[in-house]
Amino acid sequence: MPASPEPTNPAAVIEVENLFKAYKTVQAVDGITFSIPRGRIVGLLGGNGAGKTTTIGMIMGLVSPSSGRISVLGHDMARERHAVLHRMNFESPYVDMPHRLTVRQNLTVFGMLYGVARLGERIARLAAELALGDFLDRRAGQLSAGQKTRVALAKALINDPEVLLLDEPTASLDPDTADWVRGHIERYRADHDGTILLASHNMGEVERLCDDVIMMKQGRIVDRGSPAALLARYGRDDLEEVFLDIARDRRGPIGA
Amino acid sequence: MSHAVDPGLAAARFSFRRVGAMVLRHLYLLRSSWPRTVEIIYWPIMQVSTWGFLQLYVNQHSTFFAQAVGILVGALLMWDILSRSQIGFSITFLEEMWSRNMGNLLMSPLKPSEYIVSLMVMSSIRLFIGLIPATLIAIPLFGFNIWSLGFGLGLFFAALMLTGWALGLVIAGLILRHGLGAEGLAWSLIFLMLPLCCVYYPVAQLPALVQPIAWMLAPTYVFEGLRALLIEQRLRLDLMAWAFALDLVYFSVAALVFSRLLAAARASGSLVQLGE
Repeated sequence: MPASPEPTNPAAVIEVENLFKAYKTVQAVDGITFSIPRGRIVGLLGGNGAGKTTTIGMIMGLVSPSSGRISVLGHDMARERHAVLHRMNFESPYVDMPHRLTVRQNLTVFGMLYGVARLGERIARLAAELALGDFLDRRAGQLSAGQKTRVALAKALINDPEVLLLDEPTASLDPDTADWVRGHIERYRADHDGTILLASHNMGEVERLCDDVIMMKQGRIVDRGSPAALLARYGRDDLEEVFLDIARDRRGPIGA
Repeated sequence: MSHAVDPGLAAARFSFRRVGAMVLRHLYLLRSSWPRTVEIIYWPIMQVSTWGFLQLYVNQHSTFFAQAVGILVGALLMWDILSRSQIGFSITFLEEMWSRNMGNLLMSPLKPSEYIVSLMVMSSIRLFIGLIPATLIAIPLFGFNIWSLGFGLGLFFAALMLTGWALGLVIAGLILRHGLGAEGLAWSLIFLMLPLCCVYYPVAQLPALVQPIAWMLAPTYVFEGLRALLIEQRLRLDLMAWAFALDLVYFSVAALVFSRLLAAARASGSLVQLGE
């Protein structure tokens, strides 16, 4: 794998180059290349098995690529992962926080792991921003789905990350809570100039939040553009129709 | 650099604060769950009681055992140090799998070396919580004070715990690689050692063909050393040197195996779907 201390594109916070991942009989990711500049929210879309989770897993270092290169904030993730992990964070419905620990205890543990300074103040500020005050000293396992999502978001923001990876951040939430979470993600990007990679199956969410959308199918990037550009390119009124056009090979871009 | 993060802490090659975070996480857990604490104390007391009364009975019919006070109870307590240090290490690791928290840890700045040290610290804490009541009960009930072994006891403790941790590390790697389907190893693998490392009898009792295998196990030297101390009142430092040398080999090999299994888990994608 080529080693490079600097990103090819200096403006890119996340840079993925010619990334492949093969499992025994499956080519999960098949030569994808993309970069994400600072302060952008980019959506990663695709059907089940399109390679989104494997791609996010490779960016976080949970999955090792078969070949290719990933750089985050100028650090090669294959060799320098630990130089940059304290500047990143993530949220996913597929991981939990220890249920028997209270919210405050969980945030204390993760704050210490991420090297957060003045941790008590940081937890108090997050509790105020995310309205955790009523259940800060309740066990994580006793919370509702909406409360758990807010706590998971607090954990993802505990280190004030420059890069945030969100895997279906509003999965299984009621519309009101989901809207609240999306609003908070928007505020976070606006206030912190954070860079966010968002995997989601909720097309309304993607249209609302993302500056740019990467469409994946069978491990490959099949299209990319802003939600408005994709709608225009496919001649559709909503992103769900574009998603179905691509997933079912119904229709290619107009004029293609 | 994110302004919430202390640059010095973030840059540390080895962070005791991150080790402390993991220890704190498990102390919170123990504090919140009295059944977990009771379970830690329960088994050592049950075992010491059973073997202690057996020892009292045997003492009445054997001059050898009557002279070597505590040989069975002492061996049992030492076996508990070995098995509980491995099981404590493994349970602490498994708690993350059971609570689906491993993904959070693997994607945090926590380094594998820091995580392993935290497992060793928690294994020690669990061991002391479990063993102290059992050793104190053995004094009035069976007339055996393990703490009177002094310096030798410290050496026995250290050598047995190192073996337990080395085995725990390999089991943790296997669970990371193969998921919770490999969980049974955490409870069973240590018992492979029970007949071979001669906990309750000298190596000479084994068939000649098996004896070389027994001498390849570090705990064998500890149990032979314990018998020498209790029967001959002699601390065999040569045996302890062998035990520590073998432990050094075990731990180095275990760290290598763990690191290979973690790399294999990353390659196979099994860390993304940790579970059965």
